[in-house]
Amino acid sequence: MALRVGFTFVKLNSLRQATRLLSTHTRPDVCQNGGTSDFPGAKAPYVNEIKFLNENSYDPIPIYRVMDSNGRVIDSREEPNIDKETLINMYRNMIQLNQMDKILYESQRQGRISFYMTNYGEEGIHMGSAAALSPRDMVFAQYREVGVLLQRGMTVTELVNQCYGNCEDLGKGRQMPVHYGSKQHNIVTLSSPLATQMPQAVGAAYALKRTPNNDRCVICYFGEGAASEGDAHAAFNFAATLDCPIILLCRNNGYAISTPSSEQYKGDGIAARGPAFGLHTIRVDGTDTLAVYRAVASARELAVSNKPVLVEAMSYRVGHHSTSDDSSAYRPVEEIQKWAKDESPVQKLRLYLEGKGYWDAEAETQCVKEARETVVRAMQHAEKKKLPHWKEMLEDVYYDMPPRLQKQMKEMEEHLEKYQEHYPLNKYLNE
Amino acid sequence: MASLLTQKSLVVGKLTKYVNDCAKRLSSHFIYYPDNEKPVSGETTKMNMMQAINNAMDITLRDDPTAVLFGEDVGFGGVFRCALGLQDKYGKDRVFNTPLCEQGIAGFGIGLATAGATAIAEIQFADYIFPAFDQLVSEAGKARYRSGAQWACGALTVRAPSGAVGHGGLYHSQSPEAYFAHTPGLRVVMPRGPIAAKGLLLACIREQDPCIFLEPKILYRSAAEEVPVEDYTLPLGKAQILREGSAATLVGWGTQVHVLLQTAQLARERLGADVEVIDLQSLLPWDEDTVCNSVKKTGRCLIAHEAPLTCGFGAEVAATVQEECFLHLEAPVQRAAGWDAPFPHVYEPFYLPGVWRCLHHLTRLLRY
Repeated sequence: MALRVGFTFVKLNSLRQATRLLSTHTRPDVCQNGGTSDFPGAKAPYVNEIKFLNENSYDPIPIYRVMDSNGRVIDSREEPNIDKETLINMYRNMIQLNQMDKILYESQRQGRISFYMTNYGEEGIHMGSAAALSPRDMVFAQYREVGVLLQRGMTVTELVNQCYGNCEDLGKGRQMPVHYGSKQHNIVTLSSPLATQMPQAVGAAYALKRTPNNDRCVICYFGEGAASEGDAHAAFNFAATLDCPIILLCRNNGYAISTPSSEQYKGDGIAARGPAFGLHTIRVDGTDTLAVYRAVASARELAVSNKPVLVEAMSYRVGHHSTSDDSSAYRPVEEIQKWAKDESPVQKLRLYLEGKGYWDAEAETQCVKEARETVVRAMQHAEKKKLPHWKEMLEDVYYDMPPRLQKQMKEMEEHLEKYQEHYPLNKYLNE
Repeated sequence: MASLLTQKSLVVGKLTKYVNDCAKRLSSHFIYYPDNEKPVSGETTKMNMMQAINNAMDITLRDDPTAVLFGEDVGFGGVFRCALGLQDKYGKDRVFNTPLCEQGIAGFGIGLATAGATAIAEIQFADYIFPAFDQLVSEAGKARYRSGAQWACGALTVRAPSGAVGHGGLYHSQSPEAYFAHTPGLRVVMPRGPIAAKGLLLACIREQDPCIFLEPKILYRSAAEEVPVEDYTLPLGKAQILREGSAATLVGWGTQVHVLLQTAQLARERLGADVEVIDLQSLLPWDEDTVCNSVKKTGRCLIAHEAPLTCGFGAEVAATVQEECFLHLEAPVQRAAGWDAPFPHVYEPFYLPGVWRCLHHLTRLLRY
């Protein structure tokens, strides 16, 4: 009897071994375990088989979408409830953004502004997310989120003035073009160092959480390249451990300048990192404005109840990285074409609007024309404006100007009195 | 019997020498000169520097409901006990641990300040502030300027224990003030004792610019003074003359101030010279006027700091003194500093610009 039992045991064991060997399942079996461990660092069961986990151990995180490529809603239950006016406004802002990008990009080529970055292919992420937020929510952005600013109510004039750095630029002409910011619209001024805004956004979210009856959250945008920075790691971890009301929104557009995402990370994109940090996570089709809207609206509900969320919005960077980049040097033109035409977020939203009877060819022509005129007018005005007074160069370094800086300002003043003809003073405000 | 006695006393003698040597090795390189003048009148309590800092943060948390204090291990009071009892008093949402990540701590603090809260961040040792260098230099220092003063993070104060401690080796001894003093937009402050620490820390916390507050860790327990109990601040950007004199001007900050005070005393006794000792207190922006007026009076200047010589903050002071006081200088400006080597473990007594090296420099300066 004992022998029989022993034999069965051996048979069972070899069967188990065989199943293990044949299995494509890469996670170790938890059966026959000794219960859950008491290690303070993790709540987990014991296993007695050696198996290393890798990027294939888990299924890829699926991509949430609402519309198909033709702007048709796939499952009517998922269609967000956005009123007509807002929908049209979102679409008009997309057109506005495209026209602004087109004209400012050209004007950089003509040397009228020093630098520019376009937003082609990512308009859906901008409008979808911005429309799902409250205007009181704080925005921390990277640099390719101009649609968010437009949707928030920043005017083309304000944006163009920044690119020219003229006397009406809210930033007083101190930063490179596209480094926008507006206190009035709760948009924290952008800076060039990548991912630095991420832990800052988490800190801001913590401050909001501590305000009485808080109903605000923070949204922080970043690219998949920036997510490789140490600050991204810091932000994910701080957001989760300190329970911050924040939405961390990654624009995964496949490239960081010339570096494809295959050279940026080995795992399942950025989204797969979310659960590992204890963040609520979703991956969404960034070319589907309605999907982004729904994902961010739901994320916002979680965030304001102090549950931090990571959203990875998949898209494709249709334009060059910036005016200092020629992307045909590192990627095929056919690839760009596919995303520019078949999977364009602008086209998808237009088809959706047309399907609802909210939009037609005539409205399109009219809207493009108006958008163009708005930008051209803003540029004509911006170009006529003087640059700020040179003294603004030394203001705002500190809240009050320290004596040493006052001295330096005086020194420059005396220098200019003597050598003014060597400086472009006529382009600058004079008092 | 006699030989046994001799042997015994020899052993005892050897033992005493060993203990004395050990004590010499671990003892501090300075004598502490307590502050006798009180910045405000009223009730005082004996506090060491750790308690004075704790007291300043207590006052802040009490009076400013937005204020939060955070960093590695601050929840249980901090590894130097500066936050002792504050979590119990003000709650876990106001005094809390963060994950072990300095760039995160600095960035998180900037964000808090951007959203309008008062942020007191602790970096466990100034030696570990470098992972946060980008956040402090590229972000905190430039936030107001780059946004056209729309946004700022002036309510951020970063505290970090710094300086030599006797046995800290490479990564528990550094004085990184010069790295930050090269960053317009930041304020860099270092106190010399409890009274100064409380007043300057409260000033940093309330100042509308981001401040880096470097606390000489060797003073946490060794320095004790009668500290005013009430709320007071000391002005930032202002140096303090601690000893008046006419033969030379000695400039230092942090622990080094006490080394210079002792040097001044030795100069009186051995050289018959009365020298002026100035505690710079704020390194950025720093008080040129007080230093230059003193040098114009004395004609000679010695600057001393623990950090390495090359590009140390002493270079900035020396260059300014040379430029502003050229016609008054009777001798080249002298600098006594750490050597241009990483901060060593067993060689610390030879590395630091202690009182004898300072006296050596001063003698050269006076006899030039």
